Amino acid sequence: MKFFRMLRRSIRDAFKSVFRNFSLSLASISCITITLIIVAISIIVTFNVQSFTREMEKDLTIVVFLDNDTTEEEVNNIRERLENMTNVESLTYQSKSAIKEEMSKESDVFNEVMSTWDDEDNPLKDTFQVKVKDVEKISDTAKKIGRIDKVSTVRYGEGMVDNLISAFEAAQKISYGMVIALILVTVFLIINTIKLTIFSRKREISIMRLVGASNFTIKTPFIVEGMVLGLFGSIIPILIICFGYIALYNHFDGYLYSRMITLIEPEPFIYMVSGIVLVIGIIVGMIGSASAVRKYLKI
Amino acid sequence: MDLIRVKNVNKQYKNGVTAIYDLTLNIKKGSFVFVIGGSGSGKSTFIKMLYREEKPTSGEIIVGGINVAKLRNSKVYKLRRKLGIVFQDYRLLPKLTVYENVAFTMESIGATKAETRKKVLKALELVGLKAKIHNYPDQLSGGEQQRVAIARAIVNEPRILLCDEPTGNLDPDRSMEIVKVLEEINKTCGTTIIMATHDKEIVNKMQKEIVLLKDGRLIKHLEKGGYEE
Repeated sequence: MKFFRMLRRSIRDAFKSVFRNFSLSLASISCITITLIIVAISIIVTFNVQSFTREMEKDLTIVVFLDNDTTEEEVNNIRERLENMTNVESLTYQSKSAIKEEMSKESDVFNEVMSTWDDEDNPLKDTFQVKVKDVEKISDTAKKIGRIDKVSTVRYGEGMVDNLISAFEAAQKISYGMVIALILVTVFLIINTIKLTIFSRKREISIMRLVGASNFTIKTPFIVEGMVLGLFGSIIPILIICFGYIALYNHFDGYLYSRMITLIEPEPFIYMVSGIVLVIGIIVGMIGSASAVRKYLKI
Repeated sequence: MDLIRVKNVNKQYKNGVTAIYDLTLNIKKGSFVFVIGGSGSGKSTFIKMLYREEKPTSGEIIVGGINVAKLRNSKVYKLRRKLGIVFQDYRLLPKLTVYENVAFTMESIGATKAETRKKVLKALELVGLKAKIHNYPDQLSGGEQQRVAIARAIVNEPRILLCDEPTGNLDPDRSMEIVKVLEEINKTCGTTIIMATHDKEIVNKMQKEIVLLKDGRLIKHLEKGGYEE
């Protein structure tokens, strides 16, 4: 009971103090706001990159083209060897006539051309489509498959995917750096805000100590004040996340540039990001005020 | 029973000045003690050590069962809750009313509203300021402000009331009023009162227990007496 009474008092004092030193509070709040906006953007980018790389990895296949003169027995041999490879998850076989049929269905132009081919002059090749367990080792696996007899070519979309992922990773690293720098600046600003509050209440604090207020009672209002600054600072970023991301998602219809890059559905994603941003704001505020209290409140 | 026990206490400040030399004395529960002596005699240092504003350099101080010398900073509040402290300069909060100033003590230790109200009114009645609870400190005379400070010190019903030159800023009549208030508290509540002062007139008139310090040494400790050597 007593604990909650003291806590209620701390929260009341903290809000009062934020408004009493409004200009300085505003400086801290703005800094938290900017930091959290960037934090939010990097979280959104990170999660989306993770989500679409996972999607892409799922779609990543090695296509194994066989020589034209491969016999059925040889095809079975190759299938067996592929199945015995450690990194192979699953495989499907398509004969060249099956491919021809499928492609003919896709467009009239294909159909027109392909209908003139019979089995003998079908230039397509029999293929295996191989899914791998570990995408990182895909090029090794592809090389191994390439060495099998009667395999003519092996393709797995090399290059393009790697470039895209590494570009996103670089963007992520830059945003991490900015977030850390901004958090440090924010903590510094909060320390100063709280310092001012502590100085303006020095007399009150000294009397509190004389009449037997515990350290907890004296410190808590300042810690809570830092948390309140963090809370206020996270309001705008959260609004930006909620409305901004939904608008972005709707504008691009859930895809970025091509069908390959899908965006994460806004719900419940934005709530999660908002929660993270709020928690970061409050924790940063708390760290700033706690260090100010430790530094300037000699108790 | 001894409420305060001081044994072989020395106090040397960081700048090298020794304020107290080998002080040993006991103070009984319910007594009214004047700590007297000229400027620089160590009166204030002695009082400050009792509420652990200063730590003794060596020796032992036991206040109400708490070993003050060994008390950690984070536990000082436990000692302070057993004490009331009054200063020469009142130390009231100017933006709070008389009532709020006294209630501040109760709030700081987490008392309920009802309990606070009851005790604050009782304390203000004891110092004769019940009629002025809504005034601000700057609307009161020095003597009245000091009485508010006394009310704030006793509102939590401490066992010991420490007063460091409480009449230092007041004229002789107001000073006498303050001491009478303290005597009243001593009698009605049984609060042990330790008052540092250099006001000879008061000490001589009251004829209470005296502790005379000179240059940091205990010169005299009498059950009853005046300022005269």
